[in-house]
Amino acid sequence: MDNIINVKNLTYKYANGGEKKALDNVSLSIKRGTWTSIVGHNGSGKSTLARSIDGLMTFSDGAITVDGITLSDDTVWDIRKRIGMIFQNPDNQFVGATVEDDVAFGLENLGVETAQMHSIVADVLEKVRMTDFKERQPDQLSGGQKQRVAIAGVLASKPKIIILDEATSMLDPQGRHEIIELINEIHRENNLTVLSITHDVSEAMLSDHVVVINDGKVVETGAPKDVFKDNEMLKITGLEQPFSAQLFDDLKQKGVFLPEELKMNEKGLEEWLWQSLLKA
Amino acid sequence: MNKILFGRYVPGNSFIHKMDPRAKLVLSLLYIIAVFMSNSWLAYGTSFLIAIIIIGSSSIAPKFFWDGVKPLIGVILLTMIIQVFFGVGGQVYWHWGILSITSNGLLNAIYIAIRFILIILVSTVLTLSTSPLEISGAIESLFMPLKKLHFPVYEMALMLSIALRFVPTLIDETEKILNAQRSRGANFSSGSIMTRLKKLVSILIPLFESAFSRAEELATAMEARGYQGGEGRSKYRVLNYTKNDILGTIFMIIATMSVLLLRNWS
Repeated sequence: MDNIINVKNLTYKYANGGEKKALDNVSLSIKRGTWTSIVGHNGSGKSTLARSIDGLMTFSDGAITVDGITLSDDTVWDIRKRIGMIFQNPDNQFVGATVEDDVAFGLENLGVETAQMHSIVADVLEKVRMTDFKERQPDQLSGGQKQRVAIAGVLASKPKIIILDEATSMLDPQGRHEIIELINEIHRENNLTVLSITHDVSEAMLSDHVVVINDGKVVETGAPKDVFKDNEMLKITGLEQPFSAQLFDDLKQKGVFLPEELKMNEKGLEEWLWQSLLKA
Repeated sequence: MNKILFGRYVPGNSFIHKMDPRAKLVLSLLYIIAVFMSNSWLAYGTSFLIAIIIIGSSSIAPKFFWDGVKPLIGVILLTMIIQVFFGVGGQVYWHWGILSITSNGLLNAIYIAIRFILIILVSTVLTLSTSPLEISGAIESLFMPLKKLHFPVYEMALMLSIALRFVPTLIDETEKILNAQRSRGANFSSGSIMTRLKKLVSILIPLFESAFSRAEELATAMEARGYQGGEGRSKYRVLNYTKNDILGTIFMIIATMSVLLLRNWS
């Protein structure tokens, strides 16, 4: 597997931020077809990183390569064709007057023929299960439905990478769950690379790979079950423990000793608790 | 508030609904010109008949038309009163200082009321049978010749459709801010007009602030989706003239011609 995204020594300073760097010499690479979560508290620079990859922010120093193309003023539109971004606020990324118009917006920008556009729009709306809503206006939809429309809009232009910029943080738990499920489905079916910016640890636990960012620096990378074991790091970065780890530690304090490998395994922990209940 | 601007479109499948929005827009203008040119009972009668035929072929319930005329009754009455008291010429029935009631004044007052009502009725057919999206598409298409003069037609049409799309969003937002300020003790329904206007500032500033941040986020999202200006974009919605448009146009041309011929016919 090759790297679809390479970020090298990326540094970003805010125009009015003085010496403080939003991103400080960040380097990372993302393998094609994987799901990576970038986690960190508010203002850690994780969103700046995601936007820099899509060429939406001009960084001061460093280099970004996406699918073999080095990001520059000349290549930015080529790179944007390869990346689909879903933003946080469902309302502020809805451009079209109705669901189908919004899905078509990206295709119109690419200059796709009208007849072809109609069949693509119908296809992707089916995929995100929004066909019945295609004539609805955004104010008649829930936040989760609007995010599904945004996903359809991204799918329509067939990107290789999907970047979720806190795409679920404004949704209710049910909407959040549905969006994650949908992304997971798309990720598996189309071998898409997913880059998710989030501070939801339970969402990050589902990914292949986690990158922890704090104060503009990469603090830790690795598989979620290894990264979230590090209580010291979680304390420093202000991130929550995964639910299974919280329960594990609480039980340990009460004198219940469980096998160490269950700390990062919610299903396994549940099973173990059932079994010990039945035995007692 | 939302109802006034947008709840107005009544989806349907009538002859008028199926017409191209460009044809509807141009033919409505033609009708308005004909009504303004009318100056005899016969011409007004014909214009009225045309309005009835148009309303009939839109299959929209009369209640919606009454809703269109109702808010303007005050304005119509006011212009009528001005005409009655300040009109000159013809037989004088009563006069006091500069005020007088004359036969011409009375006649003009009635003509003006008829004009108003006919124009409201026909433009209501247009807005009730055409979605805002179709209207903005029609304006874009009709303005296309201006492209030669480097007028940014695509951009204007996109601006129009985004503005339409955000009206309900901003109305929601206004209500939220209004409630937030009320819960902090603001009172928007008492005091003189000046103090009430001053209190509105506490709604307008947060509303502007949020509109600007929405605009910025929307611009980023549009860029991320590959928007580079109007050049080279294709269109999802393409307007097409159909048989209905040809029939409608022929009818309207004959109708307005007869109104013009019946001018001065007494």
